[in-house]
Amino acid sequence: MLVIKNLHASINGKEILKGLDLEVKPGEIHAIMGPNGSGKSTLAAVIAGRELARVTEGTVEYFGRNLLDMLPEERSKEGIFLGFQYPIEIPGVSMVNFLKTAVNTHRRHKGLDPLSASDFLKLMREKKEMVEIDSKLANRSVNEGFSGGEKKKNEIFQMAMLEPTLAILDETDSGLDIDALRVVANGVNKLKRPDNSAVVITHYQRLLDYIVPDVVHVLYDGRIVRTAGKELAFELEEKGYEWIRSEVDNQSGYE
Amino acid sequence: MNNKSEFSERYSDLYTENRHLIQSSSTDYINSFREEAIERYRILGIPSRKSEMYRYTNLDIFFRHDFKSYLAPGDEESIKAEEFRCDVASLDTHGLVLMNGFYPDLKNKLRQLPEGVWVGSLKEASVRFSDKIREHYGKYAKSESDGLVHLNTAMASDGIFVYVPEGTLLTKPVQIVNLVYSDEDIFNQHRNLIIVEKNSGIAIIICDHTLSPRKFLTNAVTEVYVGENSHFDIIRVQNEHNNASKISHTFIHQEKSSQASSNNLTLHGGLVRNSTYHFLGGEGAESNSYGLYLADKFQHVDNYINVEHAFPHCTSNQLFKGVLDDMATGAFNGRIYVAKDAQGTLAYQRNNNILLTDDAKMYTKPQLEIYADDVKCSHGATVGQLDNDSLFYLRSRGIDKREAMLMLMFAFTHEVIQKINIEPLRERMDNLVMQRLKGELSRCASCMVQCG
Repeated sequence: MLVIKNLHASINGKEILKGLDLEVKPGEIHAIMGPNGSGKSTLAAVIAGRELARVTEGTVEYFGRNLLDMLPEERSKEGIFLGFQYPIEIPGVSMVNFLKTAVNTHRRHKGLDPLSASDFLKLMREKKEMVEIDSKLANRSVNEGFSGGEKKKNEIFQMAMLEPTLAILDETDSGLDIDALRVVANGVNKLKRPDNSAVVITHYQRLLDYIVPDVVHVLYDGRIVRTAGKELAFELEEKGYEWIRSEVDNQSGYE
Repeated sequence: MNNKSEFSERYSDLYTENRHLIQSSSTDYINSFREEAIERYRILGIPSRKSEMYRYTNLDIFFRHDFKSYLAPGDEESIKAEEFRCDVASLDTHGLVLMNGFYPDLKNKLRQLPEGVWVGSLKEASVRFSDKIREHYGKYAKSESDGLVHLNTAMASDGIFVYVPEGTLLTKPVQIVNLVYSDEDIFNQHRNLIIVEKNSGIAIIICDHTLSPRKFLTNAVTEVYVGENSHFDIIRVQNEHNNASKISHTFIHQEKSSQASSNNLTLHGGLVRNSTYHFLGGEGAESNSYGLYLADKFQHVDNYINVEHAFPHCTSNQLFKGVLDDMATGAFNGRIYVAKDAQGTLAYQRNNNILLTDDAKMYTKPQLEIYADDVKCSHGATVGQLDNDSLFYLRSRGIDKREAMLMLMFAFTHEVIQKINIEPLRERMDNLVMQRLKGELSRCASCMVQCG
């Protein structure tokens, strides 16, 4: 589904990703872990098409297509969803109008008729229940005045509405209390299907108590330095990132 | 004086040449203002950019044009006005029409609405309501420094008169449709007087339209008296074509515990200059001055606001927002004056602008003069682009860039539109603004009136 090869990317002229390789297959949940500043959010930005992350080398293919040639809105319509680390507040744009525009754009892309107002509200109700989001949130402006937890739940709600093929959740768990964390994780688990995938970017192992990944990667200094099964997450939790850090730094010393 | 336009004399000559015609159609009382006003105009002239109040608006290029002056109503135009049937979708109003600044020659020049409010021609009212005219006419338009107000006082002879007697609440808004229509390029002036006596309430909607594609220049003055405990709303919807220049001066005088709101919604127009004066002339009065301007191509929109706190414990708000595209320019000058005795004043001001191109320009200037010490004042201005993070957020959900930009611009403008208290009008304005932002309202369109 997603094949990243030798990806180099910089932000404001500073190289952050330094030759990253990653492959995600349908039906898989990947966790990408790593210390702060290792390039986790830059990776999410590159996949979603945020301009501030500039790709200098390497390829990103999504179902065989060059993802880097696609506009952010095209990527979304083709099934990529980014759950933001810091969801943006947009005063004056109502959640209903926002989601209706987004959902109907996706439908048009698939050759479907737009949903009627009543069908749309019905869909919203269903998904709200599914992700256990407070129904009052849907009557407000996008993220405006939402608490940190509400914003993250709202990301999961949007994901439920758009049913992506590939969801990238960028530290969706950070700053969440246990209750919100559970809601976020449940959302991801309920939306799981054999043909879709998720990449969960996280600093902590905590979220992985609720979401069981098929593959765990460690991102360090712009590269994937370890890839293993879910046991890697426990090891990291136990030993901390220092262990990886010293190991990787030693290795590069021998080169 | 060196801060007047070189074309000023042309317009004082116009008065001298037509003195007889102008005076013949007005009462002695209205005429009694003219000579002094033209003298003041001769001194002040048409403001040039050296004048502090007009620093960002070059009137020369509009006043230099050889306009035919429209000093008396013609028959043909009256017929046109009569044909102009306005029916507002779901907005129930008492409608009035001004054609080139004159009340058309209809049978009923002054009429009483069921609630007891009088509406109609100012010229007619100056005869039938001479006591009210004496009490209020020329009392509030007292901008000493603006020659154009004096030019209007010297030359205007008709306009709209609205009289709301004490203790009268008008539930339906009054809608004034200003039409400009001619086969020639014309300069026209009119004068409105709105009297709201104490414990009363009224909402007035003014729509500015152009009906033929000639060059037009309008210089209008509106005086408003808002009595004690009264409530007054004025909403101006400006939708004229690119060859039209509209200069309006609105003076709102408020008494104790009154509330007044003004909302200038500029959708379209070549040159638009709105001067809005709020005089808080009694304790506990509240004034709101709102505005929204959407301009593109070579359009220019200038809002000058002057709020004067003359008494203690009054509140004022200013909120103006604009979206400027192409080479359009805008100006906002918000003056707040707090007199020495106006303790406990609350005065707020905000002006936010979005420039869609590198060539669009916005000049914004707060002007606070505070002589009292127990005062809470704030002001803020921003000029910027659409927020990139918000844009990306919307696009990351599949919404096309153009649609996302529209949503953000619409959200930006909606803050002003939601201040409109008349729900059907608010909805209509939302639609019109959306159309305008999409570029579908490229010419003077049907505003909120649907004309059959």
